[in-house]
Formats: sequence, structure tokens, C-alpha cells
Amino acid sequence: MTITVQIPTALRRLTAGTDRITCSANNLGELFSVLDGKFPELKPHLRDEAGEIRRFLNVYVNEEDIRFLGGSTYAFQDGDEVLLVPSIAGGNSDFATEAMENLKLRATITRLRDR
Amino acid sequence: MSTSTGVTTGVIPKYELRCRECGKSWGNQPRSICDDCFSPLEITYDYDAIRASFTRERIVQGPPSMWRYADLLPLPENFRPTVPAGFTPLLKAPRLAQRLGAKNLYIKNDAVCLPTLSFKDRVVAVALAQARNFGFDTVACSSTGNLANSVAAQAARNGFHAWIFIPADLEPAKIIGTQVFGAKLVRIAGSYDQVNRLCSQIADERHWGFVNVNLRPYYAEGSKTVGFEIAEQLGWRLPDNIVVPMAGGSLITKIKKAFDELIQLGLVEPKPVKFFGAQATGCSPISTAVKTGNAEIEPQKPATLARSLAIGNPADGHYAIKTITKTGGWAEDVSDPELVASIQLLAETEGIFTETAGGVTVGCARKLYRQDRIASDDTTVLCITGNGLKTTDALAGKYEMEAPIPPKIAEFDKYLDKALDVPQISVAETVEA
Repeated sequence: MTITVQIPTALRRLTAGTDRITCSANNLGELFSVLDGKFPELKPHLRDEAGEIRRFLNVYVNEEDIRFLGGSTYAFQDGDEVLLVPSIAGGNSDFATEAMENLKLRATITRLRDR
Repeated sequence: MSTSTGVTTGVIPKYELRCRECGKSWGNQPRSICDDCFSPLEITYDYDAIRASFTRERIVQGPPSMWRYADLLPLPENFRPTVPAGFTPLLKAPRLAQRLGAKNLYIKNDAVCLPTLSFKDRVVAVALAQARNFGFDTVACSSTGNLANSVAAQAARNGFHAWIFIPADLEPAKIIGTQVFGAKLVRIAGSYDQVNRLCSQIADERHWGFVNVNLRPYYAEGSKTVGFEIAEQLGWRLPDNIVVPMAGGSLITKIKKAFDELIQLGLVEPKPVKFFGAQATGCSPISTAVKTGNAEIEPQKPATLARSLAIGNPADGHYAIKTITKTGGWAEDVSDPELVASIQLLAETEGIFTETAGGVTVGCARKLYRQDRIASDDTTVLCITGNGLKTTDALAGKYEMEAPIPPKIAEFDKYLDKALDVPQISVAETVEA
């Protein structure tokens, strides 16, 4: 089962510049294991602590989102082209509040330190 | 240098990109992903530096456009606006309210936002300000239509080349409304989600300013002005509820950010606002997640008339869900016939012709009132984000084109007799039955 995996620019820092690899894997779990072995630095960016695909990483097989093909249960076909694409999200609504709280915290720390 | 809007922005805000998850600072550059942890970047401000200039008094003296809130937008130094986007009407909607069982209902009408009649004019104005600042000569986007129109128009006005990528099945008005500005329109045989994925790949290869890819953190901030305006137009207070259409899910999170900033800077009294999200049933990944208590998105293959909302894998879906659930809101969705009837209802009651997304918002609001999720006495704002003239095909077959009559008074009298014989029932009324 030979498949090709394209690695986007954002991830190439962790693959020593490698932009494409060909490998054997029967499913997503096996593919991630292959990538983990080849590029140890990439490993924590593919799956979270629970072993699930990271929220901001999308995986496509021949232009189709792998979640429509069964996700981790999808059996790769010979010649499949796999794309890893970081998702482009905007932001979090709590951010202003958190940023403001951080500012207040910093001000408090400065005040205590200067006392 | 003077501009059509005749204004310059006030104090230059101190802002930068910061990773939402790991907190790393990225300064200011065309980038939307943290290289360290691959999470989204967000604009963060030095609120202490802004506090002195961002006051009610200063804002009221500003131009009648979104630029009156320039201090809380990520704009380059010496930026001079070239389009008077935003500051659209907030209208009390008593006749629609009566039909929905509401008493205190408002419409935020971005169907008349300039220059291209949708709220996207706000985000594009900010994105192109930064595109110029970062030295791009070409701007681009993936779009379900409204963004295409806005990027094309504002690129023309600002002298950028524009490349616009759209799913091939968009409404004809949105296609012409992009090409007329001289933009290069690339139709993709696929869904918006496929167009968007392709654009991520193209942005990886080319030095273009993709407003919703590498400029996305800046772009998304423009949406906050909807929230700033609602608060100011309500007399510097927040509503109890707000109903927002959801495609990628960004707008609802940014209105929340705007309200939070106003509270934090002391321009409005703190108040809990419930956020309600509206989707079309044929593309409802966010409302489905909210209804089933799921914090993550299950992507869908869109099948709806509401093409401007047809994003099956919404980039900000996760954050939209959080905004809705943490504020005690809810999400609803409506079928295509319901959204069409709701376009007609808004037009017949308030004289506002909205596009399909607006039909979705009104239709969902109707459901939310019926479910008592929105109390009738509450101050509630519906966000109408686009103009009905762009999606007239949604109303195909709804109105009869009658045979013309001769220009004679006797003929008109005859016509009138006949017309009065037929009981007149509004289309919107029939739907409520």
C-alpha cells in the first residue's frame, strides 16, 4: 500500500524541509506512526494527548476531507494522495477578557514588586 | 492626501498577533497560524494604551463609518480609509416583532453596508489596509459570494490586482458583481470547503495577500465594528440577545469580542448578552453541534439555497460553539422554504430586502421566540448581513409576472375590479399557518 503525503510549508520546519514523502500505511493511525518515526519533532503536532487528530489539522485524501471517508477507519488505497492542511481559524471570543485580565495581573504584580 | 471619507484614523493602536493556545507573540505579519503549536493567531491590543483615546466622546466625533472605532482595529500607522464602510442603520422593527411575538426587536441592517452591500465590506477594509502595509500588490480570497464582491471592489479602489476563488454554483449576481470590478474570477468545480482548502495551498506557494488565509487575523477584527455600532446605536448599552448568521463562525465570536472590549474599557455597563447562532438546515454543522452538546464540529456536505452560509467545515466553528454555550444562547436552523418565507416576511413587515442568509436569521429568530429561548420583552438584535438583490434567484417562481394592461383608465378600472375579487394573502402569512 503505497501512498504519498504532502507536507505544507507550516510543518516543514519539523521535517527538515521535506515537502513530500512516499510511504506504506494502511490507515491514518499507521500513517501517523510512520511520520512520528521519520520526524519526531512533528509528532506532538499531529495528535493530542488522547490520540485524536489535532483540532487545527485537516487531513485530505485525494482532495476529500478524510472525515467524510470514515476518518481513522478509512483504509488507504494504493496511490492515495494525502494532504495535511492546518486549518485557518480566526479567534476566540474570550481573548479580550483574558488579555485584559493578564494586563490587570501584570499591573498588580508590578505594583506589589514596587511596593 | 485627502480621501473620499475625509478622515484619518486617530491614535494608532498598539496591537500584535498572539497565539491563542500557547500565547506566543508573532508581532505583525501576514500569518494566521502559530508555527510552534499550529493554533490560530489572534490580534491582541495594549488596552491600557488605548483606554485614554477610546471614549464615547471621541467616538461620537468620528466619521459616520466603521473608522470611528479605528483605535480598536489593527490598522497600520498613517492609514487613511478609502471606503466609508459600516455604521449601517440599527432599526427598531415593530411590525416584524409583532409577527414573531416580540416586543423589543431591532434589525442591524448590513444589507446597506458600503461599498458592496454586505458586512464583508468591514473585514475587507481592514484586510486591505494591512495588505498594503505588508507590501502585497495582489490580494485574493476564497468566497461564497459576498466576500468576492467586496474584495473585488475594494481592490479596484485601492489599486490591487485581485484573484477571487469561488465554488462554481454561485448566484449569477454575485459572479457579475465580482467580475465588473476587473477581478480575476476563478470558478472551482467543488464546494466552498474545497475552494478554501485549495486557497490554503495556493497561499502557501504565492506571495499574495489572501484576506481570509494569511491576513485572516486582521480581516476578522473588522467584524467587531458590527458589535461596537450596535452598542453605540442602542445608546451605549448592550442588548439582551443577539441573533447572528453563521457560515465560518467568525462573526459571532467577533461581536462577542467587541462587547467584551466595550465593557472592559468602560464604555458600556457590564451585562450578560446571550448569543444565538443561525444556520440553514442544509448546512448546519455548528447548530447541530450546539443542539447535540458537542464541542467539536462534524463537517457536512452543504445542500442549501443559502450559499453564503454553505460552509460545511467552518474554520471558527469550535469558537462559535463556545461563544453560544458560554453565554447561555442557542443555535437553530431553518429549511430552504422557511428561509425564503422569512426573506418575504422581513421585506413585507419592515421594507428590508435581505439575501438568503438574512432569511436564515429571521427564520431562526422566529423559532427561538416560539421555543421561549428568547423572551419577548428582551432587547434583541437580528444581524442582517447581506442584500436581497444579490440572491433574487431564491425567489424564483414566488411572484407572478402579470400580462400588461393598456394605458387606459377604463382598463385599470376593469383590472381593479378583478384584483379586488381575489382575496389578498401575503406569502409570509401563509407560511405561518
